[in-house]
Amino acid sequence: MRRYLVIALPYLWLLGLFLVPFLIVLKISLSDLNLSIPPYLPQLDPSAGWAGLKDFFSQLDFENFVFLTEDDLYWKAYLSSLKIAVVATFFTLCVGYPMAYGMARAPSEWRPTLMMLVILPFWTSFLIRVYSWMGILSNEGFLNQFLLWTGIISEPLVIMNTTTAVYIGIVYTYLPFMILPIYSALEKMDDSLLEAAEDLGCSRLQAFWLVTFPLSKSGIIAGCFLVFIPSIGEFVIPSLLGGSDTLMIGKVLWEEFFNNRDWPVASAVAVILLAILVIPIILFQRNEQKQREADG
Amino acid sequence: MPANGAPIFAPWDDPAAKPLIRFENVTKRFGDFTAIDNLTLDIYEREFFALLGPSGCGKTTMMRMLAGFETPTEGKIYVGGQDMGPIAPNQRPVNMMFQSYALFPHLSVYENIAFGLRRDGKPKDEIHHRVEEMLRMVRLQKFAKRKPHQISGGQRQRVALARSLAKEPKLLLLDEPLGALDAKLREDTQFELMDIQENTGTTFVIVTHDQEEAMTVASRIAVMDEGKVMQVSTPDRIYEFPDNAYVADFIGDVNLIEGRSSAAIDETVQIEWAEGQQAITAQTSRAITAGQKVFYAIRPEKVTISPDRPADAVNAAQGKILDIAYLGNLSTYHVQLPTGQVIKSQMANTRRISRRPYTWEDEVWVSWTKTGGSVLEG
Amino acid sequence: MRRFSWFNLTSLTLGFAFLYLPMLILVIYSFNESKLVTVWAGFSTKWYGELMQNEAFLDAAWVTLQVGVISSTIATVLGTMAAHIMVRGGRFFGRTLFSGMIYAPLVMPEVITGLSLLLLFIGIGLDRGVLTIVLAHTTFSMCYVSVVVSSRLVSFDKSLEEAALDLGCTPFQAFRLVTLPIIMPAVISGWLLAFTLSLDDLVIASFTAGPSATTLPIKIFSSVRLGVSPEINALSTIMIGIVTVGVIGFSVISKRNIARAEADARAAERT
Repeated sequence: MRRYLVIALPYLWLLGLFLVPFLIVLKISLSDLNLSIPPYLPQLDPSAGWAGLKDFFSQLDFENFVFLTEDDLYWKAYLSSLKIAVVATFFTLCVGYPMAYGMARAPSEWRPTLMMLVILPFWTSFLIRVYSWMGILSNEGFLNQFLLWTGIISEPLVIMNTTTAVYIGIVYTYLPFMILPIYSALEKMDDSLLEAAEDLGCSRLQAFWLVTFPLSKSGIIAGCFLVFIPSIGEFVIPSLLGGSDTLMIGKVLWEEFFNNRDWPVASAVAVILLAILVIPIILFQRNEQKQREADG
Repeated sequence: MPANGAPIFAPWDDPAAKPLIRFENVTKRFGDFTAIDNLTLDIYEREFFALLGPSGCGKTTMMRMLAGFETPTEGKIYVGGQDMGPIAPNQRPVNMMFQSYALFPHLSVYENIAFGLRRDGKPKDEIHHRVEEMLRMVRLQKFAKRKPHQISGGQRQRVALARSLAKEPKLLLLDEPLGALDAKLREDTQFELMDIQENTGTTFVIVTHDQEEAMTVASRIAVMDEGKVMQVSTPDRIYEFPDNAYVADFIGDVNLIEGRSSAAIDETVQIEWAEGQQAITAQTSRAITAGQKVFYAIRPEKVTISPDRPADAVNAAQGKILDIAYLGNLSTYHVQLPTGQVIKSQMANTRRISRRPYTWEDEVWVSWTKTGGSVLEG
Repeated sequence: MRRFSWFNLTSLTLGFAFLYLPMLILVIYSFNESKLVTVWAGFSTKWYGELMQNEAFLDAAWVTLQVGVISSTIATVLGTMAAHIMVRGGRFFGRTLFSGMIYAPLVMPEVITGLSLLLLFIGIGLDRGVLTIVLAHTTFSMCYVSVVVSSRLVSFDKSLEEAALDLGCTPFQAFRLVTLPIIMPAVISGWLLAFTLSLDDLVIASFTAGPSATTLPIKIFSSVRLGVSPEINALSTIMIGIVTVGVIGFSVISKRNIARAEADARAAERT
């Protein structure tokens, strides 16, 4: 009896607060805009019974999705989100890999401390971490002050409210997600493998390319997905650092909902965003699966 | 065993004795895999019963079914005449000592032993009294307050034993209880286990893959293979009178010779086993028919080695020494016959090695008596 | 003994500078006298004083704390149950759906989670406020808790539970007396994670909060949208300080526990 209660409680909670809401989004994405509260049609009228249900379904259509393809704002936003996520993921890898490598090859008594230093920002407010860059990147910010002082530039750089600022924000906030899987892949690696490679005639650099790098591949893939997937739907970073120039779909959805109050279109945007995310999520799952099997 | 002339403990030979445990046509399948195949087995009160077999033979599954962690796919298990089918693990008069010991790491030695007693809601002093008694039994009074990770492996094993005996179960199941101990400690602990079993009068069922361990501790052994019981008997009968080639081969070292037998006349058969070799004369109580394929199993220590053919030998063959395995107290000689077959002979090293009578390439005779080996149906 | 190579030392130094300098600057400038956030005008704690006077911030902080404690506690209970089902539950109807619902919120963009929950609350006519934020936060953080707890349960020696059953526990007693005390560290980590996620969350809270209840991140967001402010710097410094002390304290304690366990193990070998 208790067993069923233990299963039922979290199950029903997730059904009611995760699955049902999502079905509502799906339903509203197929509805029409209505200028009352709630601002969409049709409403399901349970008292009308079977006829009401049939009527309800007959009124659903793909109008909002057609609208999304017609207005180039939306597909531009999807494309630009994808582009930003890809580029930012690449930069994060470039910053994260050497750090993960440095950690994995650090003296073993240092490793827990380094690990803690990587995790610590993760516990700190995301919003604050993004905010901390606002004072650095603005025209009178610390970066420009510093560069002007050193004489590298004579005019302040415009970084704030550009896509560059968004890249910096993503790299900064998601860096731990990149470092941790790569580190755990590199840390498992047996030192004698490198010695064997050098013994068999590799130079140090060759040994890295032929042994270390391939062995950390699964960590790299995991890290990239962990950065890429949340970056696509990111809202805080583009709205604080990206300004009005940066088009990202999370922001579009937010504005569609809060500013234009067009719930059906916002829901359609959400449904497509999720459809786009399904592919990388499945690939990520597959990589994890493979990794688990390899680990036995 | 009682030494003062009391009857020998052998309830399995008494047709009136009621078994404590009865497996009745038990089959257990995991998906397509059959772990236990239509198995029927009786175990009697006060027995020290060993389930012996290689890993994957189903012995652990049998034990887990007794404890209630697995349910039979078919058949019934009775303990004390009661069908165990509907009874949950926590309601069974059975306790188990786990291979990993499964000591609760967050509880002290004392609390671990008291755990089961507390579940029964016994009065406090009774629990305390019983725990003290158990601690005394396993000589761990000094370690009562320690946590499991603060004591040694051998001590952990004794805590696990004390914990599972604390509730005075009718039946104690021991899953490879000595597997984690080193060889020396294991030997001491085997005798300790036997003492405890005898003093408490509990029925023990032990699962092991170590045949020496089973031979040492058990009153009876069930040799298992692929979900089937190959033979159930006392250790000496298992060794000297194996029922089949599997048991003969699994327990101890053996020479297995395949051949064709004549019909049994006066419990004696002639086995043709190789071109140009004299037929083996062997005694058997089995009803063997003429021309039947049989295995002849003879233990190496029953094979004598000599420079010439002994005059009175019933069975003898000439060969060359191929290998000598020196084990200290014993040496095993591998003698190759002209047919290519190798017969092992074991001799006690009563002399120092420098004066060993045989060496490599020596021409020798191996011989054995009519009753030395067993005739097994193939 | 391995040493740092020059390459590794450089990449680590630069990397950690990148991770920590922005926050360090934030902390330093929270003690700036000037209203201008990029010009140093002498040491002062006046922004902390002003922060303490700001009723709106204090109210929001109080709401955030309430939401955090309540939602992470419920999430820990539900998430631990869910983890137990996933690891020990065996087969039951809709198991695949269940594990899907556990993992999906982890990768679901916050904007979608927020939007869908808001549409649900409006659909069933639930007034937005503390309750709705708690419901929303519990839902996504229970999934994180269940991932943390189930990874501990996977490595949990099942024979301990069986031993408890064997010694007369009901399945529930076995969980309460044996499993739970042993996996407690993972449950606590799960709670801390859920609590942090709740304190941190802007997007989902923005969708599910009503005019009656505003959380701190919402308040911070609406204020920083207009630009950098020294008051927010002060607030950030306080939050960073709490987290730093918490994380370092936690790791010192766990390090000490590990050291003690190792010493015990060595002592046990000698007995």
